[in-house]
Amino acid sequence: MKSREDSELGIPGEIHARPVRKPGPVVAAIVVLIFALMLAHGIVTNPNFDWPTVWMYLFNENVLSGIGWTLKLTLYSMIIATVLAIILAVMRKSSNPVLRWVSWYFIWFFRGTPVYTQLIFWGLFAVLIPRLAVGVPFGPEFWSIDTKSVVTASVAAVLGLGLNEAAYLSEIVRAGIEAVDDGQTEAAQALGMRRSLIMRRIILPQAMRIIVPPTGNETIGMLKTTSLVLAVPFNLELQFATNAIASRIYKPIPLLLVASIWYLVITTILMILQAQLEKHFGKGFDKSSLSHAGKSAAIDHPTGESAMEAARMNKVKMGGLNA
Amino acid sequence: MSGDTAEIEIRGVHKAFGSLHVLKGIDIDIPRGSVTAILGPSGSGKSTLLRMINQLETRTAGDILVHGDLIGYRRIGTGADATLQELDDKAIAEQRAKIGMVFQRFNLFPHKTAIDNVMEAPIHVAHRSKADARDEAIRQLTRVGLADRLDYYPSQLSGGQQQRVAIARALAMHPNIMLFDEPTSALDPELVGEVLSVMRQVAEEGMTMVVVTHEMGFAREVADQIIFLDEGVVVEHGGPEIIDNPQTTRFQAFLKSVL
Ligand SMILES: Nc1ncnc2c1ncn2[C@@H]1O[C@H](COP(=O)(O)OP(=O)(O)O)[C@@H](O)[C@H]1O
Ligand SMILES: [Mg+2]
Repeated sequence: MKSREDSELGIPGEIHARPVRKPGPVVAAIVVLIFALMLAHGIVTNPNFDWPTVWMYLFNENVLSGIGWTLKLTLYSMIIATVLAIILAVMRKSSNPVLRWVSWYFIWFFRGTPVYTQLIFWGLFAVLIPRLAVGVPFGPEFWSIDTKSVVTASVAAVLGLGLNEAAYLSEIVRAGIEAVDDGQTEAAQALGMRRSLIMRRIILPQAMRIIVPPTGNETIGMLKTTSLVLAVPFNLELQFATNAIASRIYKPIPLLLVASIWYLVITTILMILQAQLEKHFGKGFDKSSLSHAGKSAAIDHPTGESAMEAARMNKVKMGGLNA
Repeated sequence: MSGDTAEIEIRGVHKAFGSLHVLKGIDIDIPRGSVTAILGPSGSGKSTLLRMINQLETRTAGDILVHGDLIGYRRIGTGADATLQELDDKAIAEQRAKIGMVFQRFNLFPHKTAIDNVMEAPIHVAHRSKADARDEAIRQLTRVGLADRLDYYPSQLSGGQQQRVAIARALAMHPNIMLFDEPTSALDPELVGEVLSVMRQVAEEGMTMVVVTHEMGFAREVADQIIFLDEGVVVEHGGPEIIDNPQTTRFQAFLKSVL
């Protein structure tokens, strides 16, 4: 009899034993399901949640445009933060002491003051520094422009969020870089690779494996931090939009639910993207890549055991790094 | 061993790590196309000496010349007034590109497949075309017996296979010299042979090799020159026959401990 689980090898007498019965998961599932249903039932039938209002405003024009702005603020500030964070982390590891100090002070300042305060300052930027100019330092100006027309409210919001986040992300990037074994740098140096090339082709791609999960965390955090941009003041994003409707119709709860539902939807999408990235940068490290090319490996591998041993050692090492 | 055929000249080299004086005046000539085995107990400075040849370690004093060129520095002026100017990142990288190195712990790039490991430097350092580098990588991996493992990640290879990829990766840059730092010490005993046989083959093709090893059989059969290092000095130095006829008690004791 050919069972669906037979391997392609056609090994005679392949074992298809019945698994040990484990009642634990089934019991747990039933308990969890009952609680979940009770919770859902309570939420759906509770008149205080006012689901008809939630439904009415879920796709409201202002709410949708708020989502658009929240996404834009998150995306742009995370792009600025990521680029800056990598530069700061590399500067921090530079042999040039000036670059190391600049990086250190940047992180010190932007981590050391509240993001809300920073956003207020970015909002006031055009007032504090009315004109931006290009010219000889302390000498004549060639070109200048009204700050107001460059640092608009949305630019101030993105800069404020992005620079603050860069300080946090750069520490994550630095930890990722430091987690890569020194032997990698030495092997690359021995091949005649130069510092910048080693960083770009050898160190950073491996550091990404460690950088991506906490960065996903930061991105999801940023999604909600964007609501602080009312400090600028910038007031088009999701939280502000739903609050505005709530105070107009005197129904705060259903509009908080609207905002929460959308934040959850976006968070779900971000988590899926994060999983994809983790898979990409885990190539060569994780089990899934083992099954990818390793299918035939398991078959005719004369020393499969030591390969597994090596993989296990990799895992152990990683655990140590994460700890 | 006349000076004009020496591929590597090591002259009066010292190395100190802070107050730890690791190498205390080393003089060695390594002829072109020869195999030199460096033996010695753990901590005697073998790795340090090897790593100074391609500047993974700087030296505290003395000269190292490869192909007659000073490694790591440029000499300005002559005679007593001469001073040394450090080479920049680019010049150092160029010197290193001509010297292959194989490490005890392989140090393959874990995020790249075997063939990508081998193609990396030819493409990004030697600026060869992708197709060219690929042909070369296949040739080198075939040479070390891994033609059927091109698309495997290092984590999917045994230690012996990983070390052979590492050798192929170094050879793909067409180095003039190959340095090996205990290339079989991290391997299970049954995998040592496959790596040594690849090294033997590379030696037979005329590569100048410097090998730090505890494999006495390999040293005796393949090496042209044996250096026994202990406590930072060359204690014994000669042809492979010195392994069977140690003159000093220190070398005798060492040989007894590894055999
Ligand atoms: N980067 C370093 N900093 C300080 N001491 C070092 C460093 N590298 C090696 N040493 C010391 O130098 C000595 C020689 O080391 P090494 O050359 O690795 O010896 P071997 O390879 O012969 O075992 C050892 O005592 C070691 O602890
Ligand atoms: Mg050593």
